[in-house]
Amino acid sequence: MIYVQLFCAFFHTGLFAVGGGLATIPFLKHMAENTGWFTQTQLADMIAVSESTPGPMGVNMATYVGYTVAGIPGAVTATVGLITPSIIIILIIARFLVKFRTNRIVDSVFYGLRPASCAMIAAAGISVVSLALVDLKAPIEELFQWKYIVLAAVILALTRWIKPTKKLHPIVFIAGSAVVGILYGVFGI
Amino acid sequence: MAHKLWELFWTFTKIGVMMFGGGYAMLPLLQREVVETHHWATEEEMADYYAIGQCTPGIIAVNVATFIGQKEAGIPGAIAATVGQVLPSLIIISVIAGVLTSFASLQIVQDAFGAVRACVCVLILNAVLRLMKTNIVDVPTFLIFIAVLAVAMITNVSPVVFVLLSGVLGVVIRWLQLDGEARKGAEK
Repeated sequence: MIYVQLFCAFFHTGLFAVGGGLATIPFLKHMAENTGWFTQTQLADMIAVSESTPGPMGVNMATYVGYTVAGIPGAVTATVGLITPSIIIILIIARFLVKFRTNRIVDSVFYGLRPASCAMIAAAGISVVSLALVDLKAPIEELFQWKYIVLAAVILALTRWIKPTKKLHPIVFIAGSAVVGILYGVFGI
Repeated sequence: MAHKLWELFWTFTKIGVMMFGGGYAMLPLLQREVVETHHWATEEEMADYYAIGQCTPGIIAVNVATFIGQKEAGIPGAIAATVGQVLPSLIIISVIAGVLTSFASLQIVQDAFGAVRACVCVLILNAVLRLMKTNIVDVPTFLIFIAVLAVAMITNVSPVVFVLLSGVLGVVIRWLQLDGEARKGAEK
């Protein structure tokens, strides 16, 4: 049954994704590849929507996937699945809070886990690049989607090197990009 | 008791509506609501919850909500706060997903999202660079990063495998480092 599958898939994500919303992206990418519930392209769109709406990004992503797969009951099932491991683990840890934080083994686990988590997010990012900026199915002369590469380069400059725009919220860039995309369409670029 | 649960639920619903862009954005909001308005935790306790929320599985914001809820009103409190935290997302995203699904085939929506995906690339790149700065601290962590990146790109291995292996590797490397230091100490 689809609800049981959804619950299990997100329980699994909630149990192993350490470090917040971004850390769920590699799990969702894996989910997209294995279940066929949604495509990589839809995943990129979900990231954009989740970043530009209120609420924790991981919860937004779970709700979005759940809704795509099985409507509102699916959205609820996926979200409950995602947060159940958190609730159980936190309730257990709350009893020996200080010991957990200063535990040398916990610290060592995270020493190894953090760079791995970072690498998984990078790999997921590269797969978004491969579907957003290059079109692998297009003929060779249209391989690079120049209009999008130029846009990405501009946003990169605005978010990294230009002082007044550096600190702006991502929603500004997402909304701005949507407008640019529509203008591209209007002018037939 | 019922009043307390309602207060927890409602406070975290408000936080859920006002927070944008993940756990890191919620700290100032939490400080205002939890520390200053309701006195459910001190500044230091908040920092602890936050640190633990980051290094336990799951969504940071949800972990913090569960922590504060359980501290104030036990398990029912934990559930009230957590449900409050996720409810706005559930409603807002369901509405947006519903609307987008009906309009996804429109050319204008496709044009907009084509460009938005380019933007998402840059946002992920920035997040990765930020994480690299704090998480890659020496040669072993750099090697873990490169190895996981390479394997994750060419294979379809479940992220769970990377999480478990890298955690074990972290313990082993730290243990070897301590062992090495102990031996140096003994030689002196």
